[in-house]
Amino acid sequence: MLTSAAKTALYGAHVSLGAKMSPFGGFLMPIVYTSILDEHKAVRTAAGLFDLSHMGQLVARGPAVAEWLDRLTVNRVAGMREGQARYNIFTNERGGAHDDAILYRFPEDWLIVVNAANTAKMWELLQASKPAQVALENRTPQSALIAIQGPRAAEILAPLCGADLDGLRSYHALRTRLADGAGGVEVEIARTGYTGEDGFEIFLPAGAAPAVWERLLVAGTTHGLRPAGLGARDVLRLEAGMPLYGHELDEDITPLQAGLGWAVRWEKSDFIGKTALAAQKAADDYDRIVGVVMDGKAPARAGYAVHADGRRVGEVRSGSIAPALGGRNIATALVAKAASAPGTRLTIEIRGTEHPATVVPLPFYKRPA
Amino acid sequence: MSQPADRFYTKEHEWVKIEGQTATVGITDYAQSSLGDIVYVELPAPGAALERGKPLGVVESVKAVSDIYAPLPGTVAEVNAAVEDDPALVNRDPFGEGWLIKVSLTGDASPDGLLDAAAYAEFVRSL
Repeated sequence: MLTSAAKTALYGAHVSLGAKMSPFGGFLMPIVYTSILDEHKAVRTAAGLFDLSHMGQLVARGPAVAEWLDRLTVNRVAGMREGQARYNIFTNERGGAHDDAILYRFPEDWLIVVNAANTAKMWELLQASKPAQVALENRTPQSALIAIQGPRAAEILAPLCGADLDGLRSYHALRTRLADGAGGVEVEIARTGYTGEDGFEIFLPAGAAPAVWERLLVAGTTHGLRPAGLGARDVLRLEAGMPLYGHELDEDITPLQAGLGWAVRWEKSDFIGKTALAAQKAADDYDRIVGVVMDGKAPARAGYAVHADGRRVGEVRSGSIAPALGGRNIATALVAKAASAPGTRLTIEIRGTEHPATVVPLPFYKRPA
Repeated sequence: MSQPADRFYTKEHEWVKIEGQTATVGITDYAQSSLGDIVYVELPAPGAALERGKPLGVVESVKAVSDIYAPLPGTVAEVNAAVEDDPALVNRDPFGEGWLIKVSLTGDASPDGLLDAAAYAEFVRSL
């Protein structure tokens, strides 16, 4: 791609914190500030602060939004109440995924948060399919998204915010004011995240992001809060068994294959890809995403071949060291059904050598209750 | 970032310290800092033949796999078991305890084509 990467409103903050910046989803994003492992640990034990302003923020308004989105997605939209958030997947006719997204229903409008790499595609898809009475806006350029994630996130954020965060349940959102050192700013706060920990995602105007970021960092200092980059985020989401578009889910990997069958609401009268998904479910012979734990120290990486009984059965889709599993190497792999049962012994081919591994249930990590 | 003057360097960020017919090989402070947390090293077995400029093993960080190239030709005499056991040693002490292998030099082991500390420092500044 020849187009240069855009900068989020927090670019200057990242650079002054010494972050390593890399293009991701069209933006220059912080990959790591000091150490991916230290940032991972902060999120699991205290809290981490993430700039996710690269993610697409699409706003839909109008009387028929729910009915329209219900046609494009596998999960139920019409039943969502004001203040509710729900994971969903936009499917193609073959049942593959255009994108996975979180939909937020607010009193006056809907927020659809899509993957950065898919913002343009989703914008075009939504524009092309929307009913005339639905107004659609891509507010990504003038917006920011800051996530605070970890067991101490609530106690850091609550004093800065006008709303009752204790009463904000998981997968719910509210509009409130947040302290920015200059009279406060209107934000949306959602109890959602991509780390496997408790935490919040804060949607706010881009111009207010630097002040809010700074306030949160200062407020969190005594709680062990650290800025955390996309490197740590990828390890955290993989441990938590959460799919990453382009890895566990894409135009050719269906929600069923990705282990996201729980999100498919078959009782919906119709949605794009339903026929293909129903046929796939009935045949039940599809390749599927599994969790894999390596016996040894060599990390599995996306693209490595997976073998069972001397035959190729699939490939690794994501891989990392897993600090939450004592430093074991974990991976997801897309494998044949015959090789997908937990306990199945596999080998991963790494630079020409077969390394033994075992299929395990997902997620790898669940936070302590 | 200071580079010890008692050894030579490559543009791929290996260092090699020559003592008689033996050379010790590692990666530089710049390399470990660029890679970040090192979680795995894969080194050749003792006795393996090394060709100048050819990959001898890999160093892996959380995010990336990087080849290590042989700065000089020779035979692997010893591998650093401590870094195989604790790869983060390369982050903590790249020029010392974090060395990777010792090589018995063979063939043309002249340091021609390698950089001295000043030239390597200059090279790193240009990146």
